[in-house]
Amino acid sequence: MALNVGCAARPGRARDNKTGSWRVFRPVLDAEKCKKCGLCLLICPEGCISEDDEYPRVDYEYCKGCGLCAEECPAEAIEMEQEEK
Amino acid sequence: MVDTSLELFGCGHRACGGCGPALAARLILKGAGENSIVAASTGCMEVFSTPYPETAWQVPWIHSLFENASAVASGIEASLKRQGRSEHVLCICGDGATFDIGMLCISGAFERGHDITYICYDNEAYMNTGVQRSGATPYDASTTTSPAGKESFGNKRPKKDMPQILVAHGAPYVATASVAYPNDLMQKVERAVNTPGPCYLQIHAPCSTGWGFEGGKTMEIGKLAIQTGLWVNFEMVDGEIAKAKKVVRKPVDEYLMAQKRFRHLFKPARNEEEIAKIQAIADANAAKYGIDIKPKE
Amino acid sequence: MMEIMEGSHAVAEAVKRCRPEVVSAYPITPQTHIVERLAEFVADGEMESDYLTVDSEFSALSACVGASAAGSRVYSSTSSQGLILMAEVCFNASGMRLPIVMSIANRALGAPLSIWNDQQDSIALRDSGWFQLYAEDVQELVDYHFLSFRVAEDHNILLPAFVCFDGFILSHTYEPVDIPDQEEVDAYLPPFNPYQKLDATDPISMGMYATPDYYMEFRYELDRAMERASRAIKDAGQAFGEQFGRSYGSLVEEYRMDDADTALVALGSICGTVKDAVDEMRDAGRKVGLLKLRSFRPFPKEEVAKALDGVSQVAVLEKNISPGSAMKGAVGLEVKDALWKTGIDVYSYVIGLGGRDVRKKDIAAVVDLAERGRGDMFYGLREELI
Repeated sequence: MALNVGCAARPGRARDNKTGSWRVFRPVLDAEKCKKCGLCLLICPEGCISEDDEYPRVDYEYCKGCGLCAEECPAEAIEMEQEEK
Repeated sequence: MVDTSLELFGCGHRACGGCGPALAARLILKGAGENSIVAASTGCMEVFSTPYPETAWQVPWIHSLFENASAVASGIEASLKRQGRSEHVLCICGDGATFDIGMLCISGAFERGHDITYICYDNEAYMNTGVQRSGATPYDASTTTSPAGKESFGNKRPKKDMPQILVAHGAPYVATASVAYPNDLMQKVERAVNTPGPCYLQIHAPCSTGWGFEGGKTMEIGKLAIQTGLWVNFEMVDGEIAKAKKVVRKPVDEYLMAQKRFRHLFKPARNEEEIAKIQAIADANAAKYGIDIKPKE
Repeated sequence: MMEIMEGSHAVAEAVKRCRPEVVSAYPITPQTHIVERLAEFVADGEMESDYLTVDSEFSALSACVGASAAGSRVYSSTSSQGLILMAEVCFNASGMRLPIVMSIANRALGAPLSIWNDQQDSIALRDSGWFQLYAEDVQELVDYHFLSFRVAEDHNILLPAFVCFDGFILSHTYEPVDIPDQEEVDAYLPPFNPYQKLDATDPISMGMYATPDYYMEFRYELDRAMERASRAIKDAGQAFGEQFGRSYGSLVEEYRMDDADTALVALGSICGTVKDAVDEMRDAGRKVGLLKLRSFRPFPKEEVAKALDGVSQVAVLEKNISPGSAMKGAVGLEVKDALWKTGIDVYSYVIGLGGRDVRKKDIAAVVDLAERGRGDMFYGLREELI
């Protein structure tokens, strides 16, 4: 694999780094409580929460388990659960 | 209108969990949109987002040095003008790169009047090198180069008033924002990039590692800074205060106690004298920007 | 058409014809006449460039980095302290492989403060990854600008370039010079075609950081580009000769080197004085010649070895000083390396620092010293001061 001139790169390769392996606690959504407000999608520092049938869906390949979504959820619909490794 | 669904800062970056600056990067790009070019300084964000070849940036991005992003942006802007191109040119730099080592280049770029938006993500110390104090470090914060000790209460100087320095340069739009208020942040970015001339935006970006709190509390800490008056979200248009977020202020203790960097102020007992000084900083901020909501009778 | 013109103004005329889109420079003696003239060209609409009046040399070159990365041909010029202030950006620009061309009005470094000529500034940046050409006279100085942009922007090279010339001696001297017409320059130097650029329709990240898994290979690639630059400079110099009648097809120039027993080696304007001194010594029956180096980076090792083959001793005139180095001058070390195992003696002479005049008799005295086996020394010190 040849180097790119001047240490430049095209977008996309950050996804090679699966940061989900860092996680100790995982966010788990209670769909019954979720008000679909979208705040968790907006504030995730990883940008790894997307919408799936209007409900938030966490991409566990990248979620570091910081718990910001759970802390900020106005409906308290996200619980942090210990990962089983 | 900001398109909040726009994702231009990708997964896989190496920021700590709950990183304020990482959240800032995502929100900034939502506000700026994809027709943007970013000049970055050396620092935490640069390092966690661009180990070759794994870039997290989906807009054109360039890092040259620690202290020259605003000069690099000047050159980009001049080049785009010659080419008849229309991209927004942004700098996204940490507080050390902004308040300290980058001052010369920033002053020059603002004085020359380039159409750029300079955004400082302010986590109030040199985090990439291990939490050393910068000109943005608040009074009494303990850092690795301003440690609290038997004869020290931490950082001896108040935070430099960087926004006023840029106002003095004649910047048409100078504002502060916080990752704790994402919609406000995105709107300010959008306004800045669409304001001709050099604009400055300073974003409070709590750092769980450097300040000593759990990563899940990043927004809570950011909100406390605003609720205590130790951070004010304001907009200055053509040198005049146009808007400031009003609050029913809480005592500064709530903000200080939540972070390890101020914990020495409560050990072994509450340090009345020092906390009074910090309260005075908050009071002065409140008076200057008129943020106090008077409780109803 | 030949005209009598000040060196700095000739540089400005050359730069104008290279059509840089962005010029970013900070005034410093003795470079000022170049940038003043460029500013006039822009003010009069004779040059379609953005001229950035920056706050420092540091910002000057930083803005060049941005403009080059955004896809524009860019130009700057500096000298001495200004170049040293730019040092961090110099290393950065070459690492990012941005083809910036910068004229260096060579001047001493403080302390003590001196505005006068030597070559300590550009020689100090020999490892910064910029190719460095040294002009003997104003004509070479003009021509090297066209050549440097052409080589720097070659996608097989992508290196920034210093066009070095002695401050005051060339910058403020009037000489007859041929400034080629715009059409001729356009035929030699095609419009800038960036290898890659910042562009929102095709985003890339530039200037990323490299872990230990990658860093060395980037440095290796930089060195390889510099090796390729040797060939590229010669080819561009040859092509220049074919078009303009002044050929720079070699990185060195030999002057009366046939059967020379003692060779002088030098860079820059001093070569003019040396040629006169060589003529006089030849007239007196002494077998002396000059090897002029056009390029210090890349260092033309093979050309130097070939040109100096057969001489008995070499005297390298150094307008620089590397304190603590056994040879004292930086150029001598490289010449010595080129002559490794040949048995030819190589000596350095630190000469003409801070504007100290170098006369023909000084050149003759240096030859005497070399022939007596004395060297690696300062030449021309005022004994009463030390």
